[in-house]
Amino acid sequence: MTDLSDPSAAPVATLGGATPSAPTSRASGGGLGRYIIVRALLIIPTVFILVTVVFFAMRATGDPITAALGGRLTPAQLQERIEAAGYDRPLFVQYLEYLGGVLRGDFGSTISDNRPVTEVLLTYGGATLELAIYALLVAFLVGIPLGLIAAARRDRPADAALRLFAILCYATPVFFAGLLLKLVFAVWLDLLPVAGRASTSTELELAFLPDATGIYLIDAIRTGSGEAIGDVLQHAVLPSIALGLLTAGVFLRLVRTNVIGTLSMDYIDAARSRGVSEPRLVRTHAWRPALIPIITVIGLQIALLLGGAVLTETTFEWRGLGFQLAEYLQARDFVAVQGIVALLAVIVAITNFLVDVVAALIDPRVRY
Amino acid sequence: MLIAGLVITGVFLLTALLAPLLAPYGFDQLRADGEAFGAQRPPSAEHLLGTTVGGYDVLSRVLWGAQTAVLVIIVAIALSIVVGVLLGLVSGYLGGWLDRVLVVVCDAIYAFPSLLLAILMSIVISGGQSSLWGGLLAAAISITVVFIPQYFRVVRSEVVRVKAEAFVESAKVLGAPAGRIMLRSVLPNATRTLPLIVTLNASEAILTLAGLGFLGFGIEPTAAAEWGYDLNKALSDVTSGIWWTSMFPGLAIVLAVLGITLVGESLNDLADPRLRGRRRAGVSSGAVAETSVAAEATPASAVAENAAGSTAAPAREDDLR
Repeated sequence: MTDLSDPSAAPVATLGGATPSAPTSRASGGGLGRYIIVRALLIIPTVFILVTVVFFAMRATGDPITAALGGRLTPAQLQERIEAAGYDRPLFVQYLEYLGGVLRGDFGSTISDNRPVTEVLLTYGGATLELAIYALLVAFLVGIPLGLIAAARRDRPADAALRLFAILCYATPVFFAGLLLKLVFAVWLDLLPVAGRASTSTELELAFLPDATGIYLIDAIRTGSGEAIGDVLQHAVLPSIALGLLTAGVFLRLVRTNVIGTLSMDYIDAARSRGVSEPRLVRTHAWRPALIPIITVIGLQIALLLGGAVLTETTFEWRGLGFQLAEYLQARDFVAVQGIVALLAVIVAITNFLVDVVAALIDPRVRY
Repeated sequence: MLIAGLVITGVFLLTALLAPLLAPYGFDQLRADGEAFGAQRPPSAEHLLGTTVGGYDVLSRVLWGAQTAVLVIIVAIALSIVVGVLLGLVSGYLGGWLDRVLVVVCDAIYAFPSLLLAILMSIVISGGQSSLWGGLLAAAISITVVFIPQYFRVVRSEVVRVKAEAFVESAKVLGAPAGRIMLRSVLPNATRTLPLIVTLNASEAILTLAGLGFLGFGIEPTAAAEWGYDLNKALSDVTSGIWWTSMFPGLAIVLAVLGITLVGESLNDLADPRLRGRRRAGVSSGAVAETSVAAEATPASAVAENAAGSTAAPAREDDLR
C-alpha cells in the first residue's frame, strides 16, 4: 500500500526527496522491463480468479436453463434442453469446458436470444465505451479545475463549498442524479432529449452505415450530416454529466489534497520566497506533480465507471453493455450475465495493467 | 462539518428507530378506511409527499426506508468486520502461501466493479428475488462480499506491522500459542483504523443497497420499503413530469450518505494531525514498507487504490493512519 494519497508522498519521491522505505529499495532490484512482465503475468491469476468466482457463483443457483425458462417449458422439455446444453454433466467438467472456452475467447451464448456473448459485447461495447469516455471528459473538466481552485483557496469559503460539492457528488447515486437531470433539463425545461442515444431518424440513418463502429459520434461524423452529429451529442449530455460527476468528485478531492501537499514542499517555499504570487504558484509550479496520482486513479475509475454505467444506462435507456446486462438480469439469463461479467473482468484486469504500466513510466516508485 | 454530519446521521438513525411512529401509513399499505390511496397522486393533506405508481404513500415509504437501510448497514458491516478481520489477522500473522493467495484473491475482487459483484452475490443468495428478512440478508451479504477485501487489507497490513514489534516477539519467546498471540497481542493493536472505515463503508452500503434495488435486486415492496426500488419504479414517472415519487427517496439517500460521510471525514481529519498542519513532508513514508503486501504480488493498481482513496468511498486508508 504505497501511500500516494498522502499529499506529501508523491511529490517527495518524484522530486528526489528522501523516501526511506521499501519500494525504493525494491525498485533498485528490478527495472521497468521486469516490472511490466511481472505485472502482465499478474493478469492471469486475476482473470482466472474472477472467472472462477463468477462461474461458481452463477451455478450455485442451479442450472441456467431452468432459471431462464423455468416457468415456460414442461419438465420434459426443460430436461431435454439441459441435456442438449450439457448442464447435466458434473459441475467440474462444465467448469473446465468453460475455462477452455474463455481461453479461446468464447464466453458462451445467451439463452434468451441465443447470441454469442462476444457478439453482444461487440454490438453494445461501443456505446458503453462512448459513454465512459464522455464521462471521463466531464470528470476531468469539472474535477481538475475545481480541485486547483479549492487548493488555491484552501480553508476559505470557496474551498469549503467545493469540498461539500465533492461529497455531494459521491453521496448522490448516479441514477438519482440522472433522474434529477432528466426532470429538470428534459422534462421541465425541455432543452435536451429524455433518453436514448439518438432520435429514431438518426438511429435509422446510423444503422444503415457500412462498418458502423457502434460509437455514435464517430458514425455520425462519417455520415457528414450536421443534424445527426448534433442529435447524437444532445443525447449524450445528460448521461455523461450524471456519470461524470461521480468521478469528478473523486478527482476534485485528489487534486486538492495533492496540490496542498505540493504547496508545502521546499521548492515551492523557495519560489514563494522569490516573490511568486500564490495563484501563480498553483498555476505554474504545484499542479503538475499533483496530477500524477490522477493517472493511477483512472484505472480504478474504470471499474467504478463500468458499475456506474449499468445504472446510468438503465436510467437513460442508453443501449450499451450495462443496459443489456440489466435486461439479461431481468430475463434471468444467467449465461449471458456470466459471460458479460467475465468479459468485463478481463477488460478491468487489462485496463488496470495498462494504467499500472503508464504509472510506472511516470513514477518510478511503483516499480518493483 | 462534524456537527452537521452528526445531526444528519442522528436524524437518520432516529427516523429508522421511530419509523413505525412517524410514518402516517405502513410501508405496504395501499388503502385506508377501506379506500385505496390511488396511484401517482400529487402531494396533498392526506399524502404529504404524494403516492407512488404502485399506490403507496411516498412519505411512509421514505421513512420506513431508513429502517431498512440501517438494518442492512448493521448486518453488512458486522459480517464484513468479522470475516475481514479474521482473514486479515490470520493471513497477516501466518504469512506464507496462504497469505499470498488471499492477497491476490482479495486484490482481484477489490479491482472488480463492486456493484456487479453485489448483483452476482444477490443472485446466488436469493436467486435474484427477495422477500422479508431473506431480502435484507441477501442485500447485506452481497454488500459484505464487496467490503471484506477492504477490511482484510487494512487489518492485514496492520498485523504485518504489529507482528514485528517487540511485545509480540516476547510473547512468542514465552511460548504463547499462535492463536493466543493473534487474539491477545496483535488484534487489539491492529484495529485502530477500523472505526473510520466503518463510517465510510456505512455510506457505501446505502449506495450499494440502493443500486441493487434500482436494478431490481432489492427487497420486494411488500416486505420492506427500500429507496432504490422506489426510484426504479419512479423512472417512468419522471418522463411524464411526476417528480415527487423520485425526488424524496432520492433525497433520503443523498442525505443519509452525506451525513455519514461528513462524520467519517471529520473523524478522518481529527485522527490525522497531518491534515491539519501545513508541514508534513515525508511523514507517512515509513508506513509504506510494512503495508505493501507479499513483496512481488502487489499490483500497482492496489497502490493506486489508496491514492484514490478507495474508488467510490472517499475513504483513504492511509490517511486514516
